[in-house]
Amino acid sequence: MPKWCCSILTTIPIFLTLISCSGESRKTVVSENASAPQQVKSRLETVKNRGKLICGVSGELPGFSFVRADGRYAGLDVDICRAIAAAIFNNPNAVQFRNLNAKERFTAVQTGEVDVLSRNTTWTLGRDTSVKMEFAPVIFYDGQGIMVRKNSGFKKLEDLKGKPICTQTGTTNEQNLADQMRRRGLPYQPVVFEDVNTAYTAYAEGRCDAVTSDRSQLLSRRTALPKPQDHEILSVVMSKEPLAPAVAEGDVRWVNIVRWVVYTLIEAEELGVNSKNVTQLTRSNDPLFRRFLGVEGSLGKGLGLTNDFTVRIIKSVGNYGEIYNRNLGPNTALKLDRGLNNLWTKKGLLFAPPFR
Amino acid sequence: MNDANNPPPLRIRSRTLNWLLKNLFNTWYNSLLTLICLCIIYSLGKNFLYWVFTQAQWTVVTTNLRLFLVGRYPIDLTWRIWTIVGIIIALSILTWGALTKRFLTQITSWLPLIWTLSFPIVMWLIGGGFGLTPVSSDLWTGLLLTLLLAIVSIVLSLPLGILLALGRQSDLPVVRIFSIIYIELIRGLPLIGILFMAQVMLPLFLPSDVRLDRVVRAIAGLTLFSAAYMAENVRGGLQAIPRGQKEAAKALGLNPVLITSLIVLPQALKVAIPSIVGQLIGLFKDTSLLAIFALLELTGIARSILAQPEFLGKYAEVYLFVGMIYWVFCYSMSLASRKLEKQLGVGQR
Repeated sequence: MPKWCCSILTTIPIFLTLISCSGESRKTVVSENASAPQQVKSRLETVKNRGKLICGVSGELPGFSFVRADGRYAGLDVDICRAIAAAIFNNPNAVQFRNLNAKERFTAVQTGEVDVLSRNTTWTLGRDTSVKMEFAPVIFYDGQGIMVRKNSGFKKLEDLKGKPICTQTGTTNEQNLADQMRRRGLPYQPVVFEDVNTAYTAYAEGRCDAVTSDRSQLLSRRTALPKPQDHEILSVVMSKEPLAPAVAEGDVRWVNIVRWVVYTLIEAEELGVNSKNVTQLTRSNDPLFRRFLGVEGSLGKGLGLTNDFTVRIIKSVGNYGEIYNRNLGPNTALKLDRGLNNLWTKKGLLFAPPFR
Repeated sequence: MNDANNPPPLRIRSRTLNWLLKNLFNTWYNSLLTLICLCIIYSLGKNFLYWVFTQAQWTVVTTNLRLFLVGRYPIDLTWRIWTIVGIIIALSILTWGALTKRFLTQITSWLPLIWTLSFPIVMWLIGGGFGLTPVSSDLWTGLLLTLLLAIVSIVLSLPLGILLALGRQSDLPVVRIFSIIYIELIRGLPLIGILFMAQVMLPLFLPSDVRLDRVVRAIAGLTLFSAAYMAENVRGGLQAIPRGQKEAAKALGLNPVLITSLIVLPQALKVAIPSIVGQLIGLFKDTSLLAIFALLELTGIARSILAQPEFLGKYAEVYLFVGMIYWVFCYSMSLASRKLEKQLGVGQR
């Protein structure tokens, strides 16, 4: 075989690789500059093609996400994922849950490894902008509190000067504590843990004089301590912690779906629609119900879903109140008061824009 | 008179007594030490046993036993796990029988092949497909995942380690330098760093439509890490082979490939068995680091179980149980390796 033949044969594959590589990079440039979302494939199509939703959860947070003894996930965050899956696939179980720790959660959304992050994430300006998250409505209003032993006599933050305080690393709790102590000019010893459970164990064992976290978490954790009545949560509220699901920035259609799924849950509670009466209410003559449940109008079509997406959601997971009671309410081990997480008509903060 | 009447109990007593006197009470300070130690052991052990039998609430373990062992694997497909356990037990008995020359000795040379063939069957049973219901890898959790990660990583790292060890002793400078750089680089990095790269950084580098499975990424991280250590273990074995073996093979007219594969490697690997098993045990325990990346292996599922509202704060019970599982597996591995060493006559050439 002549020499030139050989060299051509070797050049062709190299050339082909180069072409395909440059093609690849051009494609990625397009998707990175995707300020116009209509041009690129929305995540909705990716999810539909895959046939299931991938949802990032904590997996280690009582009441919000954990694995039950039968191997199924349960919790408030988990039910939000199931509601989204129900809206898209009419099947609340078409979800693959992925446990994420506090640090890797945003990377997982940015790289597209999860479709939705439903992991008790606090909505902040920084996360909305520089971390490139897009937040859905708040599903749980919380505030940071601090728990101490009753016999320690600590009543306010000033009493904790120079004392060791336990918290979880990579969270806003850690930063808020630092801010609050700096504002008051108080030195303290932060004792940080990767794992939230370890932080409470350390507190229970007396390694720290106080433990700080969201108040809901403190309340539920207090019930798990050997002697709950020996601990008290100080009245000081160190921060606002609105916990919301988040998706990656720059995909308006996908954000809208997640956003309106959450609103559906809230609106359903306000209208008194629940998993039991929803089928019956679809036959109602009330235009409010007819529009909300997709019997008339085309609200769902506008989202890229079916018109009866609200019915699908409510049938499978119920309205917000049902979800709350199932996971955090008085019948659970956590017994969290609704507090701010009530409807706006009941002195809470939950409010859904009109469905029309 | 008395001595003559009851000598047997005296002799029995004197044997234990002698042992005690010889080892624990031979001098006054040893006696004192023994008494102090007994006091400490008693006070610690009493509290511990009291806690284990009266205070601890083991319901968290009994209700979640399935979750610890096979994790979120679908309940109606559990028979597949049992089949795997059956296959492994059957193969172990076969191997034991053949190696101790009790029965079926003629299959000894087929054993490696049988074990290798069983691997795809086991993977098929776990993962499904080809006629079985597929089970996606996010449902492979609990002890099942821990064992899978450890075994697959060690099996994959063995050939890689052998190649690196041979490469390090090679006369070709490029191969040698590459092997040395790889081994020293990986050995100089902490495992957690490598796992972090594999779990968090890798997706950032890959194009957006390529998504490697998390379990695959974990196995890749563990394999790359343990290959470097494996290479050093195998190199230790290679260096223990006397020069004469190689020279004799050369004198018989074997080529370098045959010399390595027929003469040097079999002996070197035999020598390296204790350290390879040591590494397997280490790797088995190292898989618990993956819990930090929220992979639901044994430690990860324990952390998830601790979040069940009805079992909040049951750390001691859960972690003690998980620790027991790790210990049972590690100890049986080291027992098995000791038996294997004896059978193969490691250390007596």
